[in-house]
Amino acid sequence: MRDFRPEDVVGDCKEAVLNLYGGLRRTVLYSEIEVPYPDGKLIVSTTDKNGIITHVNKAFVEMSGYTEEELIGSPHSILRHPDMPAVAFKDLWDTVNKGVHWQGIVKNLRKDGCFYWVKATVIPNVRQGQVVSYTSVRRKPSRTRVEESIKLYASLR
Amino acid sequence: MTYQFTVSPDFPPDHLSGWYIFNTWLQKQTGEGIHLEMYNSFQAQRSVIENDGIDLIYANPFDAAMLVRDKGFFPLVRPRGITDEAIIAVNADSAAHDVADLSPGTTIAMTDDPDVRMMGMILLEAGDIYANNSQTIPCDAYILVAKQLLQGHADVGVFLAEAYDNLSGLIKSKLRVLVRSEISVINHSLMLGPKLAHRQHEWQELLVAMGSDDKSTAVLKSLGFSAWEKIEYEEMEFMIDLMDTLAV
Repeated sequence: MRDFRPEDVVGDCKEAVLNLYGGLRRTVLYSEIEVPYPDGKLIVSTTDKNGIITHVNKAFVEMSGYTEEELIGSPHSILRHPDMPAVAFKDLWDTVNKGVHWQGIVKNLRKDGCFYWVKATVIPNVRQGQVVSYTSVRRKPSRTRVEESIKLYASLR
Repeated sequence: MTYQFTVSPDFPPDHLSGWYIFNTWLQKQTGEGIHLEMYNSFQAQRSVIENDGIDLIYANPFDAAMLVRDKGFFPLVRPRGITDEAIIAVNADSAAHDVADLSPGTTIAMTDDPDVRMMGMILLEAGDIYANNSQTIPCDAYILVAKQLLQGHADVGVFLAEAYDNLSGLIKSKLRVLVRSEISVINHSLMLGPKLAHRQHEWQELLVAMGSDDKSTAVLKSLGFSAWEKIEYEEMEFMIDLMDTLAV
C-alpha cells in the first residue's frame, strides 16, 4: 500500500503518518472536504481473515476514489482516516475474531484526501463452522450519529 | 410422489396465473408431480417450511438464510436483471424532502414483505427513524400503502420499487419519492429442497435453457421474466451474508 501522492489529492491537505495493523506505516494527506454518502446505496466489501480486500462493489470503488485493481489485494486499512482512533479498529477485530458482528460509525479517507462517514457492519463469514472471511457493509449514517462520533473519537485519540 | 411448490407471497398479483402455467411446464419437463400452493402471508408459508412441507420455492431473499442453513435447500436460478429495491415515498404535499427531514414519531405504512421492510428501515435510519421511535401501519398490499399516504394517515410509505413504479400515473402524481435504494445484489431465487437435491444440476440446466423456444418464452413472459440465470452456491452464501449484515 503506497503513501499518498500530492498529485492525487484535492484541496488544502495536512499530512499524517498512520501506524496500521501488521506493522505497516503509511503517510497520508487529508483535507477537510466531506463527500456526502450517496442516498440509497450500500458499500460492500469482503476481506480475507487478514483484512486483505478480496471483493468490492461499484459503490465502494466510486466512494473510495481508488480503482478496483488498486483495492483488491490491499489491506482494508487503505481507507483509514487519521481522525479515527486505533482503539475503534482494535474493538472491531477483537469482536469479529470472536465470531460476532461489529457495528460502528467510521470516518473513511478517500484517495483524493477527502473523507466520508459511514455506518459500518462487519460480520464473519462462516463456512462449515469455520470463519473464512469477513463481509463489511456500509450505509448512510444519520447526522446525529456522526456528530456523536466526532466528539467520541476526538476524546479517544 | 407429489412434490410441494410455493411462491413468496409478495409476487405481483398479475403473475398469479403465470406461476400455475410455470408449474404445469415444469411438471411436463421434469416428469415429476408438483403441487403449487400459494400462501397469503409469510407467516403461514414459514410455518409449512418449518414442518418440512415444501420441496421447491421461489423464495424471498429474507428467507434464504433459513432455507439454506436450517432446511438444507439448494439455490437453482434467479430471474435475470430483477433485483429487490425499496422506495421511501411521501404524500406530494409533505414538508419532508429528505429522510433527514423526518422526526421521531413518524408513522410508516408498509407491507409484511420482509426484505423490503428491512431495506426500508435501513433507508429511514439516515433520518434517525428506527422501529422503536416510529409507528407502523401494516398494509396487505402496496396499493394500500399508497392509500395511507394519500389519505394522510401515514407520513411515509415503504414500497418495493417495482410495485411503486407500477402504480398508476394518477397515484404517483400525488406521491413523491424521498429515496430509492440501489443495492443491486438482493433478489428472489428459486430453490430446491433436500428431497429434490439430486436433480439440482439437471433442473438448473432446464431452467436456464428456458426462452430458447416459443413455448418456454411465453411461460417466462407470464412470470414477468426475460430469463433465468444460474445461482452458484457461493453467490447464495454471499447474499445470505449480506442479508445477515443488514439485519443487524
